[in-house]
Amino acid sequence: MIAIVDYGAGNLNSVKKAFDYLGADVMVTDQPEAVAAADKIVLPGVGHFSSLQALNRTGLREALLQSTGAGKLFLGICLGMQWLFDGSEECTEIAGAGIFPGKCRQFPSSVKSPHVGWNSLVIQEGSRLLRGIAQESFVYYTHSFHAPVVAETTAASEYGLRFAAAVEQGNIFGVQFHPEKSGDVGLSILKNFCEV
Amino acid sequence: MTKRIIACLDMDGGRVVKGVRFKNLRDAGDPVECATAHARNGADEIVLLDITATSGNRRTLLDAVRSTARSLFVPFTVGGGIRQLDDAAVVFDAGADKIAINSAAVRDPTLIGRIAGRFGSQAVVVAIDARKVDGSFEVFVAGGRVPTGRDAIQWAREAAACGAGEILLTSMDRDGTQSGFDCQLVRAAAEAVSIPVIASGGAGSARDFIEVFREGRADAALAASIFHFGIENIAQLKRELHDASVPVRWPC
Repeated sequence: MIAIVDYGAGNLNSVKKAFDYLGADVMVTDQPEAVAAADKIVLPGVGHFSSLQALNRTGLREALLQSTGAGKLFLGICLGMQWLFDGSEECTEIAGAGIFPGKCRQFPSSVKSPHVGWNSLVIQEGSRLLRGIAQESFVYYTHSFHAPVVAETTAASEYGLRFAAAVEQGNIFGVQFHPEKSGDVGLSILKNFCEV
Repeated sequence: MTKRIIACLDMDGGRVVKGVRFKNLRDAGDPVECATAHARNGADEIVLLDITATSGNRRTLLDAVRSTARSLFVPFTVGGGIRQLDDAAVVFDAGADKIAINSAAVRDPTLIGRIAGRFGSQAVVVAIDARKVDGSFEVFVAGGRVPTGRDAIQWAREAAACGAGEILLTSMDRDGTQSGFDCQLVRAAAEAVSIPVIASGGAGSARDFIEVFREGRADAALAASIFHFGIENIAQLKRELHDASVPVRWPC
């Protein structure tokens, strides 16, 4: 069972729909117990970093940290990936999970923000999540803040600067783009997560 | 970063239709079939607009949104008849990724911020129908029937400040004519706001798209007529854009 974490941020339908389409066993839940009981966890999210405050209020943060610490497979999408870092300049009062180092920042003023649309990936070899995805594949983004390129970055995109498109360390995966909205490429990535 | 090609489905009573300058509607097929066929052909996004948006048609629209969303894995925008936050919530719940608002936002610009506050700015597209009147561009509402006396570029700026994520800008003078986008209108808006501007109205050939991306500085371009009636295949269009060094998602 894959648990999609509902913390009131945005619209979880499209993520669930994509897993349904792949025939995966998924549920949407806002209960820490259900998250703890799931085999795999997806933390989606669009919008403002401050909406992650809900994780702290509801006990979901503890459940997520315990599960990831215990080796459970975790996929953060968009804001869900940014949560894996130390924090974000978008809302400095809220701490991220600190699994990856550094803070999310705004794009430079030389480019339009938000970054909306399809951009290409430069993929590092050896990623389990991006297995079989061709170099320069296009994925769909919609975000104003970006995570830094760190040692665990498995794919990057360019928009005014080079930023982390995907990160991976052991059981923990994150993608800044929206695999549920990235056509066949995105569906292949979600299928990889189901099969890891 | 690529330029987006967006296929628009105008819906009336459960069918996709297309007119010229908002009139003389022709049948163009079933919404689910149209949407998935366009996505397969390389459309970067799909927009579904309920052009009549009467209460009787509402259930039909939501059914179409639900069945389209089930098998569509590119961004999906739904517009028409969204007058308040609750209307938007129902459309998101049916499977839309973004909603487009037009007349209701003109009537009450705070609606933009209220929808953005709950679903994020990325989910709010403000659609503007503009017509050239005495050298400047005037906003029209209610499906292009009612002039507002407002300047389209000023309204685009205000909508962005209210929390819109994108502007969908339609030239009523060019709608359905296949005589090219209004690059002057699009460029004025693209330079006035920092959010993406989607050009609409007038697409007829690959050259028109190249022009609106280069001269009009559009971030995306939307078309309906030419895609439905097979005049321009999206895959072929993207190949031509790619060959002309316009960055597009190709191959896709």
